[in-house]
Amino acid sequence: MSAHTLTTGENTQPFSFGDWWSRNQRKVIPYIFLAPFLLSFAIFTVYPAGVALFLSFQRTRGFQQAEQGGGVVLEYKGWANYERLLTKDKRFREAMINGAEFWLGTLLVQMPLALAVALALNSPNIRFRVLGRLAFFAPYITSAVVVGWIFRFVYDQNFGWMNSALAQLGIEGPAWIRDVNFVMPSLIILGLWTWVGFNSLFFLAGLQNVPDDLKEAARIDGASTIRVFWHITIPFLRPVFVFVVVTGGIGSFSLFSQPYLLLDFPNTGPFDSGLFPLMYLYDMGFLNIRMGYASAIGYILTVVILIITGMQLLLFRLWKV
Amino acid sequence: MFKSERKSAMGASRVNILSMNTIVLVGVLLCAIPFVYMISASFRREGDLYKLPVTVYPREWTMHNFHTLFDKTEYVRWYGNTIFTASIRTVLGVYLAALAGAAFAKYEFRFKRFFFFLVLATLTLPFHMLLIPLFLLMRDFGWVDNYLAIIVPGMVNAFNIFLMRQYIESVPSELMDAARIDGASEIGMFHRIILPLVRPALGVVGILTFVWTWNDFLWPLVVLHDDAKYLLSNGIATMDGPYEVETGAIMAGSFLATLPIIIIFILMQRQIIAGLTQGAIRG
Repeated sequence: MSAHTLTTGENTQPFSFGDWWSRNQRKVIPYIFLAPFLLSFAIFTVYPAGVALFLSFQRTRGFQQAEQGGGVVLEYKGWANYERLLTKDKRFREAMINGAEFWLGTLLVQMPLALAVALALNSPNIRFRVLGRLAFFAPYITSAVVVGWIFRFVYDQNFGWMNSALAQLGIEGPAWIRDVNFVMPSLIILGLWTWVGFNSLFFLAGLQNVPDDLKEAARIDGASTIRVFWHITIPFLRPVFVFVVVTGGIGSFSLFSQPYLLLDFPNTGPFDSGLFPLMYLYDMGFLNIRMGYASAIGYILTVVILIITGMQLLLFRLWKV
Repeated sequence: MFKSERKSAMGASRVNILSMNTIVLVGVLLCAIPFVYMISASFRREGDLYKLPVTVYPREWTMHNFHTLFDKTEYVRWYGNTIFTASIRTVLGVYLAALAGAAFAKYEFRFKRFFFFLVLATLTLPFHMLLIPLFLLMRDFGWVDNYLAIIVPGMVNAFNIFLMRQYIESVPSELMDAARIDGASEIGMFHRIILPLVRPALGVVGILTFVWTWNDFLWPLVVLHDDAKYLLSNGIATMDGPYEVETGAIMAGSFLATLPIIIIFILMQRQIIAGLTQGAIRG
């Protein structure tokens, strides 16, 4: 502010944006920096979430003619979509059960394996560290479409590598993705291949955060390796467990591309054994043009995922370090 | 990132060393096998692939599949489309995430906590629940079969903002205060102090954005319907349909699509893994 302003008084001073800006930019700039995020959040998250809520109470009757605007023709149906989904729709129930099965497979097989791999990578005298890191990460950054295709061929009953390898061991392999009992195992194996290495890198990063002196002090006090692992290492890994479990839960229920390619969507495996909630949403919304119904699927799915995530976080909170 | 030799003196037995190495090696092999199948199948004719006994290497190497790919499908075009959209989205995405990250890391303002809560909320909410209304929105915008639909909606990514905020926090505030005294503008400081100091972070966020865009399938499937406009993921997914190409060609296409991602990763693996795992360990 110049001396000039002081002598003439505020009212007569013509407003100068440059002046105002140089005084206030530090207060204003964070809002400008955040504007793209807030705009994008409003347009591509809040607004669509509202539209989805509205749609989920409607029944869709296809699209209007282009002359009439080409919008979706709707009819209010109250809770009918939700009621039908939760009580009558067997395909939806199957899809949710499949999501849950995949999630269980993830928790029970993938996590212990990932932890084991991380412990192996973290132990001294390991060769092929760099190679290992590359090999374990490569499946994760490979497109799910590519992964789905590869495994479709690898699971081929007669010419696939899976059954050829089993034949070497004297085992006659199943039809994998064509056998109702083996579709889920096929997917879980695909999931293991994609995510065990990836998760192990998180565990590894966590393991390297465990202070060595703490472990050594415990050893000097006579604690066994297992006790050190259980009482020092595992508690230190808690944030990694939270991350891996929570993302695993969300990922299991929103699996799409891998089963889509593996099972050649719109096929969903025998008796819908490879149908996942998002595939059903896509099927309903875009192949059957029942957008209201599909929006209701989206909401139920979101609520389920939020409940599961919340439960997991609660369990971890109960797990005191 | 790896601590090693130092501890070897204290009681890692020979058996232990051997078993740990075995676990890692078996893991490496299991991870590699599907890639070996993909590469091997790319260089085989269909008759060679579907013939017993199954072999790991092609009985006869051939470039036939790559010719099919280039002559009978729009593969080259899909490749170009993908590089184009992924690059634009990466540049814009990194810049906008850095802006938001700088706001959260270096400024005090009203509703800061609330806005940050919004970022965290979008991190946990699955975007896919909005598939239907987002598609309708794209129709209203006239963005169906338009790359704006790929670039704009997911451009300001919450995870990227979160990462950028963590990195920008390490920029010394004293540096910025000194610049302010010298009369630097806030925007000028963002470009001349913050961005240069967090260049490695920009690289990590950029690569992650690029890879995610490169690999995304569901959203392009929803908004791109014209097969000349397809990205690699849609193109490869539909190769058995209208083009009636064979397994070998599909694998050749997959191979070429995976190659750049793997190369990027080999060049930057340290930074990428550190960038990804950082948030998870801090909890």
